[in-house]
Amino acid sequence: MATGVKPRVKVPKTAAAGDVITIKTLISHKMESGNRKDKDGNVIPRSIINRFTCDFNGASVIDMTMHPAISTNPYVEFKARVDASGEFKFTWYDDDGSVYEAAKSITVS
Amino acid sequence: MKLTRRDAMAMGLGATMVAMLPLRVSAGSHGAIMAFTGGAEPGEGDITLTAPEIAENGNTVPVGVSAPGAEEIIILAMGNPNPEVADFKFGPAAGASEASTRIRLAGTQDVVAVARMPDGSFIKTSQNVKVTIGGCGG
Repeated sequence: MATGVKPRVKVPKTAAAGDVITIKTLISHKMESGNRKDKDGNVIPRSIINRFTCDFNGASVIDMTMHPAISTNPYVEFKARVDASGEFKFTWYDDDGSVYEAAKSITVS
Repeated sequence: MKLTRRDAMAMGLGATMVAMLPLRVSAGSHGAIMAFTGGAEPGEGDITLTAPEIAENGNTVPVGVSAPGAEEIIILAMGNPNPEVADFKFGPAAGASEASTRIRLAGTQDVVAVARMPDGSFIKTSQNVKVTIGGCGG
């Protein structure tokens, strides 16, 4: 079970219609790969975030599948095209079934 | 010509090495590319993989991929225990088919990006990343 998971997202507050904006996201998570062993030689069970999605007004921006080779505190940067004001929804799916969510709205002039 | 015991040993050893080498390379990492493309050999194209030439810490290596028009891009680390790293699917609201993240690399190796284009073709690119853990050189 992952503790202290805190998502952080950076989205510009305003943009012009048709602009391509850069979105940066980071979520604190230890991303245990399942390949490491503790000092007694027992394998530490895998515990990672395996999927990350971002939607804008219901339309998918990115749908990312993560494997154990993603670093601790997964950071993702990507681009979205905005034609109208709306809300970005970010969702992270944990191996243990937890779902972490964040939302950010943007005003498009 | 008489086959001595020493000759036989050397031949056996050589044969084993030849047999094992290509198998170790192709079985895991190349198989991961084939699993994504469905058996098709990816070609060259407009795809960029941004990764450092030398990474001091293999635990967090910044990489970026960009392939204009691509529907899906995967990143593979050929020298990791599991070559799969990440799989980006770009939706209708995506501004550009590009993304960047931070990955783990087990050691000096090739990082590969494969993109699926809207017409069903695949393009790939790769870059060698030297990982210098402890600063002793890769």
